[in-house]
Amino acid sequence: MAAAPDLTSEVRAAARLVADLPPAPAVWASGLRKRYGRRPAVDGVSLHVDRGEVMGLLGPNGAGKTTVIKMLLGLVRPDAGEVMLLGRTAGDPLARARVGYLPELFRYQPWLTAAEVLALHVRLSGARIPVQEQRACLEMVGLADRADDRVGSFSKGMQQRLGLAVALVARPEFVVLDEPTSALDPLGRVDVRDLVLSLKDRGVSVLLNSHLIGEVERVCDRVVILDQGRVAASGTLAELLGQREVRMHLTGVTPAAEARLATAGDVERSGDWFTVDLPAEDDDTVPDLVRDLTALWVRVHAVEPGRISLEERLLGILRAGNEETE
Amino acid sequence: MTARTVLTIAGLTLREASRRRVLYALAGLTIALLTLSAWGFSRLAAESGFATLTSGQARLVASQLLNLVMFGMSLIAALGTAFLAGPTLAGEVESGISLAVLARPVRRSAVLFGKWLGLVVFGSGYVMIAGLAQCLVVRLTVDYWPPDPAAALALLAGQTIVLLTLGLLLSTVISPMASGVVAVGLFGATWVAGVVGGIGEALGNDGVARVGTISRILLPTDGLWRGAMHGFQDVSAFSQLGPERAAFPFISAAPLTFAYLTWAAVWVAMVWGLAALTFLRRDL
Repeated sequence: MAAAPDLTSEVRAAARLVADLPPAPAVWASGLRKRYGRRPAVDGVSLHVDRGEVMGLLGPNGAGKTTVIKMLLGLVRPDAGEVMLLGRTAGDPLARARVGYLPELFRYQPWLTAAEVLALHVRLSGARIPVQEQRACLEMVGLADRADDRVGSFSKGMQQRLGLAVALVARPEFVVLDEPTSALDPLGRVDVRDLVLSLKDRGVSVLLNSHLIGEVERVCDRVVILDQGRVAASGTLAELLGQREVRMHLTGVTPAAEARLATAGDVERSGDWFTVDLPAEDDDTVPDLVRDLTALWVRVHAVEPGRISLEERLLGILRAGNEETE
Repeated sequence: MTARTVLTIAGLTLREASRRRVLYALAGLTIALLTLSAWGFSRLAAESGFATLTSGQARLVASQLLNLVMFGMSLIAALGTAFLAGPTLAGEVESGISLAVLARPVRRSAVLFGKWLGLVVFGSGYVMIAGLAQCLVVRLTVDYWPPDPAAALALLAGQTIVLLTLGLLLSTVISPMASGVVAVGLFGATWVAGVVGGIGEALGNDGVARVGTISRILLPTDGLWRGAMHGFQDVSAFSQLGPERAAFPFISAAPLTFAYLTWAAVWVAMVWGLAALTFLRRDL
């Protein structure tokens, strides 16, 4: 009897300890492998998406992006590797209770209306979402006036918009968007970008697979680049695009000025234009350089800050990977 | 959670059947069959000297004709359910509809069971209603009422369940259209094997008779159909025939045994289990 109070306090202490732990990542995957016949589609991919983070998945066609996504959601059985989804193993269906998914191959029951498709997914998710909220979800993707029309009469773009509504209707904590703008016009693409940013504001984690690198660069906190079924690079945009540069239009450049330019970083010259690579985030390098150059009587016509685009970085990584395999 | 998934998917399957015009096609075919049989039975009563037959002979003719029409009905049910069972699973996997559904917190076995349950309700409901309507047509035209219509219709529903379960299994491994074609093909082959077996029995050839027995064990559709026929036909009239009765394709020699019914239930459970196992392992 004497041990009972101690036990209770121990349980309470343990409960406090668990409650204070940070929430599990939205998704955590380790060592995922999948072969189709003799061809490895995914070869040892590990990744994670933190809570409230937007992660971009990039890579050429056939890199294994969609297969990775399907393994995360339990739609494809990995040959090896582990997946934890919102703190549960991916084999447990309940792990997907707060997950929204827009597949690359988006098709919904053509004999149902848009509102019925949403109601079906709400029921399957086990969430209690009022009808008004479901209608608001359709309104958000621009389908409010087509809610009672059969999906069979929808264009591809409208079906993709419906797919977005399906992914978002059950108040997800983690949303997986596989090529969400493939069938959308430029206006629709902007809508999707705003949608992802609003999810981020609400603390919803997003995994975004898209061929539109500009889209990824604008909305993602972190990027994983897949190539030939492997992670070719990963990190925050600052880490991946860390290399900055400055372009300067200069005349009257003396050898002393050239030497000063070289101390700032690697220099490339094209006529009167000088491009200097700036290796690290350092706010003083450029103003100091301009001050010293003017002191050396160099005429400074223009100073343009530059950054390697994600597209250039991606191409660089993929080319380097191809050269290695060759 | 699982019960909710099963009921949701079963309801969805029924809604699909009603909206995909399968229901209208079935209703059209059934009405055509009922009308034709009503006309045929009424002409039989009026023109062929039906009135001159003894009451036993009349019942025998009515039994056979009822069984013949019921066979047409079971064929419609078989075609309808087999071609509905295929697309409902394989078609959804192929088109991508199942990607969004199976990414929800649902077990694949629950989704499969829901589909099966929806198809069972649809197929059995059709057989019961259409079969009962046919019995009423015969009653009104030639004043014949089968001795055990409830059991017969239940066995006919059982036959439909066997075939749609097979269609579901096939649709987890082959394309939607192929699964329907193979299921109906096997249904037809088993019926033919049953007729061949009957002829073997009539001729006293055990080897040929065994063809029917084995086919009835491999696919219980023909066995259940013969049980159903037994419930539709008049037993007293049937006893007038000799051993050659086994050769008549629309007369059943004996009621089904409890062991055979148990086997049919086990067969359905086994095939469903196999379908679930295949579906669970399938990459989408």
